[in-house]
Amino acid sequence: MTSGLWELVLKGIWVTVQLLVFSALLAGAVSFVVGIARTHRLWIVRFLAGFYTEVFRGTSALIMIFWVFFVLPPAFGWQLVPMWAGTLALGLTYGAYGSEIVRGALNSVDPAQREGGIALSFSPWQRLRLILLPQAVPEMIPPFSNLLIELLKGTALVSVMGMGDLAFSGNLVRLALQESAEIYTYILLIYFVIAFLLTRVMRGLEKRLKAGIGEVPEKGVSQRELHRPETTGVGGGAA
Amino acid sequence: MNWDWSAVGDFMPHFWDGLLVTLQALVLGSLISFALGLVWALLMRTPSRWVRWPVGVVTEFIRNTPLLVQLFFLFYVLPEWNITFSAMTTGVVAIGLHYSTYTMQVYRAGIEGVPAGQWEAATALNLPMTRTWTAVILPQAIRRVVPALGNYVISMLKDTPLLMAITVLDMLGEARLFSQQNFQFTEPLTVIGVAFILISYPASLLMRALERRLVR
Repeated sequence: MTSGLWELVLKGIWVTVQLLVFSALLAGAVSFVVGIARTHRLWIVRFLAGFYTEVFRGTSALIMIFWVFFVLPPAFGWQLVPMWAGTLALGLTYGAYGSEIVRGALNSVDPAQREGGIALSFSPWQRLRLILLPQAVPEMIPPFSNLLIELLKGTALVSVMGMGDLAFSGNLVRLALQESAEIYTYILLIYFVIAFLLTRVMRGLEKRLKAGIGEVPEKGVSQRELHRPETTGVGGGAA
Repeated sequence: MNWDWSAVGDFMPHFWDGLLVTLQALVLGSLISFALGLVWALLMRTPSRWVRWPVGVVTEFIRNTPLLVQLFFLFYVLPEWNITFSAMTTGVVAIGLHYSTYTMQVYRAGIEGVPAGQWEAATALNLPMTRTWTAVILPQAIRRVVPALGNYVISMLKDTPLLMAITVLDMLGEARLFSQQNFQFTEPLTVIGVAFILISYPASLLMRALERRLVR
């Protein structure tokens, strides 16, 4: 491979990383808003949040991407820059998976903690911010770490729309060289390295957050091995 | 927003063709992933490090890299090695292989969940190794993991549109073809989006019900 082609791959990595960061931020925000809304005391709020989750988890991420690219522009008369269209589709889809994680972790906090907050006459917002979230967030990190890997794999989907991410640069190099084994091996390896770095970062984060509430991360690999975000309740399925 | 019901009517014949292809890919992909996942899980239990280590590395690698790129790899690289499959076969193999690295963990959890007493009883009855596995351990392990496997089938369903990228005419492939011929993107894409929800939501309710029945 020539240096020009490597430059193409580097640009692809940069686009993939940008897309990963933006859509992870959006997915994180959506997860918390929707996940917390699913524990709201008004049934209509719970229902709407649950409806959002089921719709976005029910359909495929690739179809969402097609929808955002092809249906939104004529329907609403505005066209998004590809980067934002990709961010929107991925963030909303993976945010729906993430909201299940947030809901599960919030539900798994000992009910006595909530009751203690009520007894001390904390407002609902104070209870959430000062009591529930500090205990729930460290529990969320391992499943969020898995979701982040799924999101990284999901970013490859935007290449179908012609966005110049890492997978797309692989296709360009294949066309240029008329040879595919080498470039696809490199592309897969690069994805693997990014995924590996992400799991390391998340593991460090988990350690710090758990230390904050006086716990140690569980030993053994079985807990933190990668799981695809499941379709039914992720963690503590109590509805 | 302008919605054209006649476009929906025109698209429906293509939709059924696409649905059939999607379901075929799903069924075959599931069978491969169930079988291969069990093979990986059993290989990971062999005493030899020289088996466990390579299997572990390979499955970890497959699990952490995008299915789309794996599809491209199989679709473009295999012909260079003079192995040619149809696009559909390539897609089914790729999906099955990708998901086998997930089902392997499901099986492992199921096998580890079998109480140690069962192993000891099999030893006490002097059952040979194959009989211990086929008559004692696996029936109990697999019963426990059926709902989890079902969840992966649902995930797999949502990954079948990726086959479109290697020219398979699944639901999304049909929708895209129809859109490009008729310049109507809204209707076919919305129809298949709704179709996915209509299939996967009842399926996930079913898995939740199965979970309550089988797991405890």
